[in-house]
Amino acid sequence: MNRAIGIALLATVASSPGLAGQSRPRPVNHIRAVAQQAAPPAIPRFRFENFTTANGLPDDHVYAVLVDGDRIWAGTDNGLAEYENGRWKVYTTADGLAHRAVLSLALDKRTGAVWAGTMGGLSRISAGRIDTYTQLNSGLSNDVVYGVSVEGENVWVATAAGACRLNTRTGEWSLYNERNTPMIEIWAYGVSAAPDKVYYAIWGSGLLEYNQRTGVWDKYEDPDGENEIVLLRDQGLIHEITSSVSYVDGIVWVSTYFGDSRYDGRYWHNFLTKDSGLPSNFTNYVKGVDRNRAWFCTDKGLAYYDGTNWAVYRPSLATGKPEMMVRDAAGAVTEIPVATAPAHNYILGIDFQGRDIWVATAKGLSHGIHQP
Amino acid sequence: MTRRAVLGFGSALLLAAAALGRPPIASGTGYPSLDATEPYASPLELLLSPDGARLYVLCQGTGDIRILDTKSGQTLRTIPVGRVPRGVSLSPDGRLLFVANSWDDTVTVIDTNSETVQAAWPAGYEPSSVEENRSGTLLYVADRIGNDITVLNASTGAEQETLEAGRGASYLAMSADGSRLYATHVYPNSTPHRTPPRSEITVIDPQRAQVIGRIPLPYIAGGFHIALSRDGRLGVAAELHPKNLVPLAHVEHGWAFVDTLTVFGADVGKPVEVPLDELDRYYARPFGVAIAPDKSRIYVSHGGADCVSVIDVHRMLAYIHMHPAPFAEDLAASAHYVVTRIAVGKNPRGILLSRDGARLYVANRLDDTISVVDTRTLRVTQTIRLAGPESISPLRRGEQIFYSARYAFQGQFGCANCHIDSTFDGLQWDLEPDGFGRDIVDNRLIEDLRGTEPFKWNGGNPTLVKECGIRTEMYFWRSQNYDDLQLTDLVLYIRSLPSRPNRWRSTNGELTPAQERGRAIFNRTVDKLGLPIPQSDQCAYCHSGPKGTSQKSFDVGTKKNTDNTGLLDTPQLSNIALTAPYLHDGSAQTLEEIWTMYNPHDRHGRTNDLTKDELNDLIEYLRTR
Repeated sequence: MNRAIGIALLATVASSPGLAGQSRPRPVNHIRAVAQQAAPPAIPRFRFENFTTANGLPDDHVYAVLVDGDRIWAGTDNGLAEYENGRWKVYTTADGLAHRAVLSLALDKRTGAVWAGTMGGLSRISAGRIDTYTQLNSGLSNDVVYGVSVEGENVWVATAAGACRLNTRTGEWSLYNERNTPMIEIWAYGVSAAPDKVYYAIWGSGLLEYNQRTGVWDKYEDPDGENEIVLLRDQGLIHEITSSVSYVDGIVWVSTYFGDSRYDGRYWHNFLTKDSGLPSNFTNYVKGVDRNRAWFCTDKGLAYYDGTNWAVYRPSLATGKPEMMVRDAAGAVTEIPVATAPAHNYILGIDFQGRDIWVATAKGLSHGIHQP
Repeated sequence: MTRRAVLGFGSALLLAAAALGRPPIASGTGYPSLDATEPYASPLELLLSPDGARLYVLCQGTGDIRILDTKSGQTLRTIPVGRVPRGVSLSPDGRLLFVANSWDDTVTVIDTNSETVQAAWPAGYEPSSVEENRSGTLLYVADRIGNDITVLNASTGAEQETLEAGRGASYLAMSADGSRLYATHVYPNSTPHRTPPRSEITVIDPQRAQVIGRIPLPYIAGGFHIALSRDGRLGVAAELHPKNLVPLAHVEHGWAFVDTLTVFGADVGKPVEVPLDELDRYYARPFGVAIAPDKSRIYVSHGGADCVSVIDVHRMLAYIHMHPAPFAEDLAASAHYVVTRIAVGKNPRGILLSRDGARLYVANRLDDTISVVDTRTLRVTQTIRLAGPESISPLRRGEQIFYSARYAFQGQFGCANCHIDSTFDGLQWDLEPDGFGRDIVDNRLIEDLRGTEPFKWNGGNPTLVKECGIRTEMYFWRSQNYDDLQLTDLVLYIRSLPSRPNRWRSTNGELTPAQERGRAIFNRTVDKLGLPIPQSDQCAYCHSGPKGTSQKSFDVGTKKNTDNTGLLDTPQLSNIALTAPYLHDGSAQTLEEIWTMYNPHDRHGRTNDLTKDELNDLIEYLRTR
């Protein structure tokens, strides 16, 4: 792993050209709150429309959301919901879904098939047909599927008993766990696969990297180990308790329950509430947009980072009223007046539909309609 | 390499084989020769050139495309293609002919002007049908073993993606406007144990290369050709509707198969299954379908009945609209819309209408002829005989018997109903007349059977003569007995069926690391606790020998309350990856389930000490057998 290199280069990280545009954040308690100012132009604004059981969702608890063109998929605690042309269609175990609780979703962009990780196995939904893989009927390592990602003909799966890969052409399952990878814990929470690398967020075991070319696994851990003290800024992965990973444009975005990290293959950059615009260090899910931009789904709202500025979208923690806060590079916070917010502060997932966003929350699914 | 670049077939096939990681297979060969005689042509599929002057005949037995002059019936040219070709189509512009070669996993590209092979492209596992999209950008290949449709770049042959289709994906048809591609499959999709089979027509957007719909085919276990009317408002698929949940011995009550079509499209409304049989006469194994240009008739070839059914579309639609309830098993229905049955040659398969609809061509696979039917008089006006052996060998007679339904009561079915294209059907049958639901048995692959006797799951039949003779006649056919020669020929044919290439085993015999680890588990004699494994619990003891059977019976703890015995013949492992479900009654949907669900006491091998990844390794090895 690159841990030693990462540590050796700590002193240079803050001024690294690789982090251009990422100016050193100031502690949040030094931020001057300014109300009623216009947001910086780069920060998107949304009008949120929320979906619950009242308007078609099978359950308000939405674990995951996936956008496929004009079609939206929502993994809920009570089935998989498909939204198209203004109508919801719900798939349940009666239709062949592996389990009612759908924790993760992935799209095979080539074929249009949707893969759903559930509490009871992995299901593929293709034009209405559902094929289900479980630990009993297939080589799937465990029925609790926290994450799924499709790359080429391989489906990469994060389960409660390690990682696995299904080759859809040959039907071969390859299992990755403490016996053949550096993972110590085997709770694989998230996975993000690309043609060159596959990354796994392993709860308690940091970040695992699989090199598709060499077939070699590498591991990134919190240099502080299990200590809850960050000795040096940006020294490496922020914490061992990782919850999700997103690999975009050669950048790894990692969320943990104790802050978030960005890794460009050489340098780490970490985000904590005390020195960024994150509303909480407890992040359920992260999704990168590109090298600089990412969305963070926390227990205290949805956060957007554009490489310089931050924005938080949520119902106010104090009043429950819609709230949008923007934090600029200097740490100044601006409250933007908004009339709508995501359905709940507890955010579990996000996906993009052009400039719109779809947000999975613990109390509904939200469609963030981009506002000019 | 572009397809327009001229490439000798030999080098093209070498390239294809290299891409597959397999050694090249000699061109121009069909099925491995079953005897020492010259191979039979075995015409399977037909195409006409856009101007109607040429008839392209796919000859599966000789592994070639024969180009016939439609006027004279003379063979103008023979072009060797790949091994065991199964499907053929023309590009929309008519300049290229594509051939799906099922046993070497390639598509041969033939230039129709020069009548030469341009390229051979790797495709999926067991290509069976091929279609190019209207814009000429994508080539779709239905893969029978892959259960999918491989999408190739139509210029380079590069694989773009694979689309999940039905199990045993085999036949493709493009709508006349090129907006939809339809696919059927010959084995049923997976369903819970002892529930009716289900199949589908997979609907694909051929421009976007995505599956956009699946037309459900309840009760259907074998889907064959599909056709669309020129206006796109009527679709029709030929299929088998088995009745495998009731004892097969009740043939006299019509409880074996119904031969049906599913018709769909705007003219029909909700898809409807339409029976083709009559109350006292069956028309086994509908295979090829064609719709007249004016949509007045549907033509259906019956591979087991040696005839073509002619259906009046107007009367059929009227009947459908007057009978909204399912009537697939109402054999009186066909009298309302079947106009006539036209006798043709043996085992008629692919059928083709001339562009004006005036002539219907029928490929008679097992007598090497093409029947030409005048669709005005509905009579065969010409029979074109393809070059090949003049005499009928015993093996050929055996094959004809295998594919004929004439030996069963009312012609209800034949060997090939359950052993589709001499394989299996993915179904479980209630064979004995001992009550409903007793002694359920899973159907098995019948390739490469020598050295695997005895037969029957309880090992009750020591030879194929007994398996295929008295028992079959008594319980299945309920009808005419074979004479001695017929039975001998049939047994000779079945014994001679070769094993298809194993797609999970490299041709150089090298195993992947996972397969190698699995082999060690298969051969182990000591478990992970260091304890010796009793012989009868060692995989390699019961599944010994080159075919993975000791030819002995064992009780592996899988006896159900409905079984008369738990002592079961050890099944061979040849190509076991293809033949789900598993166990004697098909209760294990996958190889994994054999050990995750049905081996709680380690009686079916010592496996409960294995980790999940070790079990996966064992299965990876088994797939190579």
